[in-house]
Amino acid sequence: MSVRRLAPKEKQPESFAFSAENLAWAKKQIAQYPAGRQASAAIAILWRAQEQQGGWIPEAAIRAVADLLDMPYIRMLEIATFYTMFQLQPVGKKAHIQVCGTTPCRLRGAEGILDVCKSRIHHEPFHLSKDGDFSWEEVECLGACVNAPMVLIWKDTYEDLTKENFGKVLDGFASGNPPKPGPQIDRQFSAPVGGPTTLNTAAAKGEGGRRASAQPALTDADAKKPTDSASRRESPTAKPPADDATRKGKT
Amino acid sequence: MTKLIVDGKEIDVPAEYTLLQACEAAGAEIPRFCYHERLSIAGNCRMCLVEIKGGPKPVASCAWGVRDCRPGPNGEPPQISTRSPMVKKAREGVMEFLLINHPLDCPICDQGGECDLQDQAMGYGVDTSRFAENKRAVEDKYLGALVKTVMTRCIQCTRCVRFSAEVCGAPEMGAIGRGEDMEITTYLESALTSELQGNLVDICPVGALTSKPYAFAARPWELGKTQSIDVMDAVGSAIRVDTRGREVMRILPRVNEAVNEEWISDKTRHIVDGLRTQRLDRPYIREDGVLREASWPEAFAAIAAKVPQAESKRIGAIAGDLAAVEEMFALKELLSKLGSSNVAVQGGDAFDPAAGRASYIFNSTIAGIEQADALLIVGSNPRKEAAILNARIRKRWRTGQLKIGVIGESADLTYDHDYLGAGPESLADLAAGKNRFLGVLKGASNPIVLVGAGATSRRDGRAILAAAAKLAADVGALKEGWNGFAVLHDAASRVGALDLGFAPGKLGMNVAQMTEPGALDVLFSLGADEIEVPAGTFVVYIGTHGDAGAHRADVILPGAAYTEKTGIYVNTEGRVQMADRAGFPPGEAREDWAIIRALSDVLGKTLGYDSLAALRQAMFKVVPHLMRIDQIEAGDSRAVKNLAGKGGNIDKSPFKAAIDDYYLTNPIARASAVMAECSRLASGRMLTAAE
Repeated sequence: MSVRRLAPKEKQPESFAFSAENLAWAKKQIAQYPAGRQASAAIAILWRAQEQQGGWIPEAAIRAVADLLDMPYIRMLEIATFYTMFQLQPVGKKAHIQVCGTTPCRLRGAEGILDVCKSRIHHEPFHLSKDGDFSWEEVECLGACVNAPMVLIWKDTYEDLTKENFGKVLDGFASGNPPKPGPQIDRQFSAPVGGPTTLNTAAAKGEGGRRASAQPALTDADAKKPTDSASRRESPTAKPPADDATRKGKT
Repeated sequence: MTKLIVDGKEIDVPAEYTLLQACEAAGAEIPRFCYHERLSIAGNCRMCLVEIKGGPKPVASCAWGVRDCRPGPNGEPPQISTRSPMVKKAREGVMEFLLINHPLDCPICDQGGECDLQDQAMGYGVDTSRFAENKRAVEDKYLGALVKTVMTRCIQCTRCVRFSAEVCGAPEMGAIGRGEDMEITTYLESALTSELQGNLVDICPVGALTSKPYAFAARPWELGKTQSIDVMDAVGSAIRVDTRGREVMRILPRVNEAVNEEWISDKTRHIVDGLRTQRLDRPYIREDGVLREASWPEAFAAIAAKVPQAESKRIGAIAGDLAAVEEMFALKELLSKLGSSNVAVQGGDAFDPAAGRASYIFNSTIAGIEQADALLIVGSNPRKEAAILNARIRKRWRTGQLKIGVIGESADLTYDHDYLGAGPESLADLAAGKNRFLGVLKGASNPIVLVGAGATSRRDGRAILAAAAKLAADVGALKEGWNGFAVLHDAASRVGALDLGFAPGKLGMNVAQMTEPGALDVLFSLGADEIEVPAGTFVVYIGTHGDAGAHRADVILPGAAYTEKTGIYVNTEGRVQMADRAGFPPGEAREDWAIIRALSDVLGKTLGYDSLAALRQAMFKVVPHLMRIDQIEAGDSRAVKNLAGKGGNIDKSPFKAAIDDYYLTNPIARASAVMAECSRLASGRMLTAAE
């Protein structure tokens, strides 16, 4: 993370006003809290302002939300600069790509996704592409590690990415036909790639009758046979401590 | 009360104490950065760690309640250790983290010598750093004309954020960003607007916020320190005047719980450069319409030539806002020897000392505001007339137990209030029960009716004062043990003058009458700069600065400013306080009482005292309570009841603010470039020159 500042003056719109629909929504949010506690709605309303503005928060919006909530401007600025989900610089018109760069995604090739971003959008994060349609940033874990690597675009995640299919995702956004969110390979949600890997024997599927299916395997390596008794325990023999007196060669 | 064992010593403290308070009660010293007695608890610096026996790790004592401590296994009191090896190690660890990003620029830092971090690093710092990486650097912020920032030094204790939000009531400072990138700033680096912003410098434990006018001016250990009293307003804040040689370098607050707690207003703190500039350092005489430098004998001769010709009833004296009691006493004696009772203090026309002390002082006392549960402000903007007192009102309001109504100019007072109207009519309506705020006042157990200078400086001030006193009596503000009739003066000299009887009485003329064309032949002006003297009057100006009064003067006798003389001042609550001399007046200027004594000799009406002590002896004989320094001679509430019966005609025009520009209310402030800059900022005109 680096110091986050408001966008320079020339990028700032003159003013910000909520649309009638958003304003009604904001008022409803405020009404959820007791009188005098309207500031509790700050994050929700600021987020709405970001959506209305196309993914970022201009300075005028900070003031507008602060005025709406009767808060000092500095308090709203604190919120906007604290949470990295609030973008302070304009983002791509068609897509702002948040690439997960945390360990599981890294191990599964997030580096390549970042390379694609750098080459196709801008070599630095938070910068618009030449046409102004795209921007990207690296974010911390977005909680889809099973489908690593992944990106978040607007509200949807695109998972199981490779350089190639991520390129297609970008193409989709560029042409205005975003692909279906979720895994970009043949996979159902976070189920195993290429179909189920467990519980796929005839017995597990319940094809051998009731008795056969009543004995699930307890460990992967040493599954119980259908004939084993349920009380059989796999208790591995205790290993001796690493350097104790029973070791051979020691007196 | 809860029993605790701190460092082996058993103490008994209230259960609502924090551990830090308990440890201090037990005599243990706890280092801290973010904790401040008068601010909310943040608990983010972690310097105040202590060990609780049985606990797995040290706890931040500032944020840990005594009632949260568990007793020992056999029910013995919780044991706290503030000096154990674990505590020492923990604090050393905290200190090391704090110093990771703190620059080692103490030699060029203005906080050097009075820096909490510096002091505590001596106790808990390690001699070397294990941090090899680059240090964090933070851009400096612009916060206005008074507070200079070096934000790399900031340790993010957030005291300034809490101070501006809680005490100032102007939530302008904030912490943007997060973690290592957290920065303290105002919204888009706009200038601070509070009248108490100078205190941010005191409250900052490091050198991140320092005084801009005082930048690189002096080191604390080379300054002479004089405890004194402020005269910029009628609050009489306790101050410490720091001098190098004879030059006043800066003014800092002293703790006085009864008056200013530990804050002072910006005007109090930053008029320092006004004490150096525009000074009258030699006598002047007006010849052919032009002032020329003169010697003392020449100046006295010019006066001696004029005064005996004047009819005694056509001689008068007006005291200004900054006059001490001694010189007013001497001047009054001189005038009475000349056969005149035309003595008055600026802005004091509405008050009659003969009516009793309670009719012109802040009877409830400033500390008493914290017992009040209803407050009616009439014709006053306490934020400008007495910023420190306003902070006290806000402090009480924040507890939720004070309801406030305002009659007068609508203004942002930093607290919520019912706005009841603009003029005397609203006061009459309220008294007649046409406003539900009357119910609030009546229902309150300790109501205060505060009358400000906006009401009393009017020509009908006497009648308004009487109407306010009547209201106070009607709502039950005058009772056993509580007098809620509170006059808020805006000048330091006024209560002292009224105590002395420096007022016209029945025979004399008041300020308004004296300044009418053709009323006087000779006027002695004791630093009265806010009056308009008509042509034809021979004006003898005894003052310190080349301000309006000096421009109008025919003879100027250079006097001493409040830092250059010892003088007694009486604040708005009637508290007698002594200001002490921190330096000597410039050039040929002399202490005011000595000037008046010498003048009396020249005029052949010699006053009977040759030293300040002798003057005081004489004065104490007449007004004994001036002897009792730091005490309040309580007023008799019957005086307020008598005042209530007086009545009078009230003009219908709305109250006007007594102070247009907070930063430019007296000659010293008007001579100060810092105050001029503050005034420019406050009036919305930003400086074009970059910081």
